[in-house]
Amino acid sequence: MNVFLSPEMGHIALIIGSCLAFVQALLPLAGSYTGTVRWMQMGRSLACGNLFFVFLAFLCLSNAFLSDDFTVRYVAQNSNTLLPIYFKFSAVWSAHEGSLLLWVLILSMWTAAVALFGSRLPLQFLSRTLAILGLISVGFGFFLLFTSNPFERTFPLPPIDGQDLNPLLQDIALILHPPLLYFGYVGLAVPFAFAISALLESRFDSAWANWSRPWTIASWCFLTIGIFLGSWWAYYELGWGGWWFWDPVENASLMPWLVTTALIHSLIASEQRGVFRSWTILLAIFAFSLSLLGTFLVRSGVLTSVHAFASDPERGIYILLFLSIVVGSTLALFAIRGPVLMSTSSYSGTSRETFLLINNLILTVAVAVVLLGTLYPLISDAFGLGKISVGPPYFNFFFVPLTFVLLIFIPLAMRSSWGNVSTKAVSSWLMQPLLLSLLLGLIGSTTLAYWVGEKGNSLLAIVTMTCVSWVFVMILKDFRDKIKSSSFTLLPVRYYGMVLAHLGVAITVLGAGLYAASGIQRDVKMGIGDYAVLGGYTFYFSDIKRDRRSNFSFTQAEIIVSKEDREIVTLNPEKRHYFSNPQTMTEAAIDPGLLRDLYVSLGEPLDDDHWAIRLHVKPFVRCIWLGGAMISLGGLLAVLDKRYRRRKICSQDRANLSVQSASEI
Amino acid sequence: MRIILFAPLMVFFAIAILLWSALEREPGKLPSALIGKPFPEFSLTKLSAHNQYLSAEDLSGALALINVWATWCYACKLEHPYLQKLASNGIKIIGINYKDNRKAAIAWLERLGNPYSVIIFDEEGSLGLDIGVSGAPETFLIDKQGIILHRRVGILDQKVWEKEFSHYYSDSWE
Amino acid sequence: MMHPLRKQRMQWICLILISTSVATALIAYMLRQNANFFYTPSQIAIGQAPLGVSLRAGGEVVVGSLKRAQQSLAIEFLVSDGLHSVKVTYEGILPDLFSEGQSTVVTGKIDDQNTLHAVQVLAKHDENYTPPEIAEMYENQGI
Repeated sequence: MNVFLSPEMGHIALIIGSCLAFVQALLPLAGSYTGTVRWMQMGRSLACGNLFFVFLAFLCLSNAFLSDDFTVRYVAQNSNTLLPIYFKFSAVWSAHEGSLLLWVLILSMWTAAVALFGSRLPLQFLSRTLAILGLISVGFGFFLLFTSNPFERTFPLPPIDGQDLNPLLQDIALILHPPLLYFGYVGLAVPFAFAISALLESRFDSAWANWSRPWTIASWCFLTIGIFLGSWWAYYELGWGGWWFWDPVENASLMPWLVTTALIHSLIASEQRGVFRSWTILLAIFAFSLSLLGTFLVRSGVLTSVHAFASDPERGIYILLFLSIVVGSTLALFAIRGPVLMSTSSYSGTSRETFLLINNLILTVAVAVVLLGTLYPLISDAFGLGKISVGPPYFNFFFVPLTFVLLIFIPLAMRSSWGNVSTKAVSSWLMQPLLLSLLLGLIGSTTLAYWVGEKGNSLLAIVTMTCVSWVFVMILKDFRDKIKSSSFTLLPVRYYGMVLAHLGVAITVLGAGLYAASGIQRDVKMGIGDYAVLGGYTFYFSDIKRDRRSNFSFTQAEIIVSKEDREIVTLNPEKRHYFSNPQTMTEAAIDPGLLRDLYVSLGEPLDDDHWAIRLHVKPFVRCIWLGGAMISLGGLLAVLDKRYRRRKICSQDRANLSVQSASEI
Repeated sequence: MRIILFAPLMVFFAIAILLWSALEREPGKLPSALIGKPFPEFSLTKLSAHNQYLSAEDLSGALALINVWATWCYACKLEHPYLQKLASNGIKIIGINYKDNRKAAIAWLERLGNPYSVIIFDEEGSLGLDIGVSGAPETFLIDKQGIILHRRVGILDQKVWEKEFSHYYSDSWE
Repeated sequence: MMHPLRKQRMQWICLILISTSVATALIAYMLRQNANFFYTPSQIAIGQAPLGVSLRAGGEVVVGSLKRAQQSLAIEFLVSDGLHSVKVTYEGILPDLFSEGQSTVVTGKIDDQNTLHAVQVLAKHDENYTPPEIAEMYENQGI
């Protein structure tokens, strides 16, 4: 199609891009120590050059996919001529090599963004940050070039047609899920690089925290969208109706998210009050380390997962080495240069500092739970204790109570103020909302019980509704008070962001809690003319037919759902058989609704014209993703806040800062 | 106080060592004690005929791949088209049908095609045990004298072929 | 007298130490409780596997052994590692890739008849390889 965008061109562009990243890693760093301003200024143009060439490489690979160039092995393995065009494009990042190229491209984008928007940073700090990002880019560029080159040709036997994209991945959410998740994963490199620069300069002042905040929140936003999109995909595409499976691949994305959530909050305290500084730095390091660890776990195949990416131990060794060098040296730097001086401000047990610290503790425990649960099979195997797997009960045992405790503290931290807050002041505004939310919890669960039966009255449902009401009541009360003393327009955008994100958390918990408490599911054997009753709904099996589409044939059932003799919807669950892959796929049929989802999936054919069918009634399950959208939107509003866009720090501030940082050394 | 700052580093190294040991256990990295040794003696029937016996002598004579497969092994199905391609390029492939059902195996080959010049039917897995098979698929390379040159655990595809096997063939052509 | 900042710091350190040790102990306990060990059909057949404890077992679904109930989705089948087989019962929908002659990993409890009552049945095929537990099982077999 286009000779200029040939795979060889892509390969060369990738090599040039990596070389530029190499220079970007060395020159500005050297300049920052010798004081050579020109070298330091080079960093920004090098970052843009790197982006240009990596983007060119990515275009070349996309071109190979879109023009069905099966002489390229990676294309032959992951695409075929029957595939619709948008799946050909998304197939670019459907397997290891291409998704790694996407990883590198996104890192280049973030680096270029830092170079472009970082003009308010001091030159020395900026050039060191860019150098560290360049170093990470070099590591991954070499990984790509030496162990997983996507541009390799298949000589001498190019196939006539490709092997096809894994049918599980032929889905619209999967076009978006990996890039979004990667924007989040890779974006964490920016606060990581900021943390290293801070360690190199022994600069842990509030300006540093202020610079780091928007980048942290931005990557956290992407991570949030990516995770929720992934869970939504798992819900409707894996076919069996769960929304979170505690699979190692999911855990790999959850851990950085939890740490980054903690980091966002501890950055606030560091910026506003100068407290928890070494903790903040450590969290910034951990966030990116865990995203590297996630890459390692997914790509090396040391843990088996339902997502089953093609894995290769050789790649695992490379990532592990890279991880050890990057994280090991950073933590060593932290041990040597980390801030040990005590914070200069004091705070009481009911101040916002305390509540934020409790929030951080809870999130850290949550990360430890996930990390140990994910790695325990490896630990057990390494010590010869046998082959084991850790199931969802372990994770749920910890996560359910931790989430509720977290919900209790969320509005406390929002409502309290910095410094020495007296206990009396806190308890004075506590009682009313507390009683109100208890009342709401009871009313809610009674209503639910009336609607879905006795399950609505379970302890889980009551606790969920009480905690969620508590968050809502407290936040709305706070909002009302703020409006009274100020006005809609005077409140900063970040305040609205904060309110929205925390309400989002409550909504997600509401969805997850009520779904767990009152969702019902049944597997039944059905033939044409049979019906089953579940949760007040009647599912009538009216027909089954077979047909084919572009790259698969399918069997489709027709199930008519009615309630109290009123027809609600006709659902068509499918079983698909892909031509180029010996794999069967279950496509569930869903009738979505804010208050409940009806979910039907078609199981295996049984003897004598009967089918195994799974029926679900899932109350409030949509709230999980609605909350996710609110959380992400809240984060987005916070990033857009004016305070991160001040052009330059005014000279007065700078003088103060240098005094402050000098006193810390 | 500073000593506490070293704690994260220590924890990280513990995890790194753990991950390292997990990688070491990867089945794809298994070396074979049999490399450089002759293919072990055996006496088993052909897959196609339950009264014709094969022995190690029948394998020697030319550079050949020995591919361990079974119908219960999903990965073998993925590997199959590439073996067909190799066979159509004149590469000799001997099959070991491992712990399988004779009828099912024959039906499998009828459906997917047969890249093998001859297939040893190893119903009990006794030959598999002798050559240390840990699963399927696995592929061994033997030379003219029947000496094992190389072992590959897992799928044999174009990439593995170019990296691990093709140079044996180009040498013999020179 | 202790400096108030120092006192505040000491309180935090104590709190953190206590909460981490409680959390660690609880995590360790729960991990032990919820770890599902893997057993081969042979180990189950000779009584090495504990009864009434959630565990995993794996092997090949014996061809011709799958039986379905008339009215419900209850099924039973044999899982074999080539030497011994174990009877597995399950009620529900089987995964797409499950079939006789393929390998499977089931999670469940064993009763005193040595029958495994599965709560989960997986037919998981690594894209490139037979599941490692199964592979290792074949490797260790007969030794």
